[in-house]
Amino acid sequence: MSTLLSARGLARHYAVRTGLFGRRASLRAVDGVSFDVPPARTLALVGESGCGKTTTAKLVLGLIPPTAGTVTFEGEALPRPNTVAWREARQRMQMIYQDPLGALDRRLSVLRQVAEPLEIHQVGTKAERRERALALLDAVGLQPHLAGRYPHELSGGQRQRVVLARALILEPALIVADEPVSALDVSIQAQVLNLFEDLQARFGVAFLFISHDLKVVRQVAHDVAVMYLGRIVEQGAPEALFREPVHPYTRALVSAIPVVRRRAGRERIVLEGDPPNPIAVPSGCAFHPRCPVAVAACRSETPALKTLPDGRLVACHLAHGDAAMRKAA
Amino acid sequence: MGALVALSGLTVDFDTGKRVVRALHGVDLSVARGEAVGLVGESGSGKSVTWLAALGLLGGRARIGGSVQLDGTELVGAPVRVLEAMRGKRIAMIFQDPASSLNPVHRIGRQINEALALHRGLTGAAARAETLRLLDRVGIPAAARRLDDYPHQLSGGQNQRVMIAMALAGEPDLLIADEPTTALDATIQAQILALLGELRRDGNMAMVLISHDLGVVAENCDRVAVMYAGRIVEEASADRLFGAPQHPYTQGLLDALPDLDGPRRRLAAIPGTVPEPTRLPPGCAFAPRCPHAEAACVAAVPTFHLLTPGHRAACLKPAASRGMARERAVA
Repeated sequence: MSTLLSARGLARHYAVRTGLFGRRASLRAVDGVSFDVPPARTLALVGESGCGKTTTAKLVLGLIPPTAGTVTFEGEALPRPNTVAWREARQRMQMIYQDPLGALDRRLSVLRQVAEPLEIHQVGTKAERRERALALLDAVGLQPHLAGRYPHELSGGQRQRVVLARALILEPALIVADEPVSALDVSIQAQVLNLFEDLQARFGVAFLFISHDLKVVRQVAHDVAVMYLGRIVEQGAPEALFREPVHPYTRALVSAIPVVRRRAGRERIVLEGDPPNPIAVPSGCAFHPRCPVAVAACRSETPALKTLPDGRLVACHLAHGDAAMRKAA
Repeated sequence: MGALVALSGLTVDFDTGKRVVRALHGVDLSVARGEAVGLVGESGSGKSVTWLAALGLLGGRARIGGSVQLDGTELVGAPVRVLEAMRGKRIAMIFQDPASSLNPVHRIGRQINEALALHRGLTGAAARAETLRLLDRVGIPAAARRLDDYPHQLSGGQNQRVMIAMALAGEPDLLIADEPTTALDATIQAQILALLGELRRDGNMAMVLISHDLGVVAENCDRVAVMYAGRIVEEASADRLFGAPQHPYTQGLLDALPDLDGPRRRLAAIPGTVPEPTRLPPGCAFAPRCPHAEAACVAAVPTFHLLTPGHRAACLKPAASRGMARERAVA
């Protein structure tokens, strides 16, 4: 399968000082992440705050330089930031955020807002740009009479549609969407999630979709990567992954999601403690201090992300059926 | 047995200076001792305003009408002295963002001591011992070492535990939890909800859980009320409400929710948006978005129909009647 975006061994460490007098320490926000996004598909990154999903998104777009690893986009290494080549690549990869009001210019009308990227990249005549912007407003389900409105005159759902129209106007191959529906109410969230599906079918755009909400992710993603403390711990197709999670962290995460109708026999695991500080990542498997099934080896050896027979990737000593580990457990 | 708290015909009008906007249009709701009642609805539906109004916390710009009775004592229009004796003591409240509810420049031990002095007159060693007991009760590890910490030294989940400990300081009969886990991660949310359930059962404390998350309410409440545009539109036991929803808005919310199990389906979104309080449509506020609306729905605000004991919906065409209509058509 051809790939649009490819990340290999991506890492981002920050030098920080701890305490009042500051011993130097390294905060490993992202610590060796690899994945592929094929054209017109959606990869979701899920995990709790501080797991590194947003940092991964910024690395992919070249907004921050990686400490290690590479990003390949449309077959070529991502150019150095703030170069002409990078700007050209960035026309093909766009980003949208959780808060649409913060992402929009409050002094520009909806139409100018959506046409602005074309102006910046000097595409077409003024009339053509206007035409194209109106076509995109229609594509995201905004009626023409809203074109003259300003962001504060729109509802949250309408604003997120404007943001989507603006991201799409340069015909990108990839949109990185960071918690795009988290601020929306349930009824509006459903509208926008359906829109994501429609836009992907119509424009063939791929999404790197970042969310903490597993239900939302299952709805939009073709592939899901679960992150914990800067690493991917499990990755696979959403239906299988949420029905039968293998990694103990994924299992706890899935079981913690409150649902309206609980499937008979669905387990409930309440983890103890908070996620550890990324400055002091535990040795071995980073999840072992909270893991209900950890064995001795989990404290000393970092499990590698390996493929299971059903095709999913899991980084857990126990999941790979190592006989010695099973006995130890 | 009478209700612990009974709201009847509760209204709230906000005076914006230019005009008066009605945010709450007559809410009737009661909470029995030890009961967990869920209040769900989207932003602006009035679920928080209902309880802020009931506790007299809305400030001078709000005019409150109707009645709020706590064990037979009227709270609407009651003197400040009565309200202050009730707030935090009989009815405590916790909010979404614990970090902004705690005082950032005071140590957490001192903040809980303050609540104990105010509500139970405890000071000195007795207060310290009780603070430790409360912190231990809400699951703060090594509580004695945490007394001198400031809120910024604790995680979001631990701060919410501290808030719960403060709320418990007055040994309240009712805890109002307004989106208590919305700002927390999923695994921490599960911890806090488990804790609230445990405290409620142990102390026979009633709880009102305000949430936009239908799953949270379904799993943690005995009874649920759904709000839309400043009114309750449906109320039933949790099993009944989520198993056999009657109001088209409740049905719409459930259909709009992505599943965690089963086959993936296209979401059935509710068209349109929630009306603004200044521009409410005539009749049923949900009519413009409702797939079953007819002329009578626009003519007047629908009153409550009791469908089965304990299950009421403010709708002219609840699901049960629509089902029957369909059967008749087939026959």
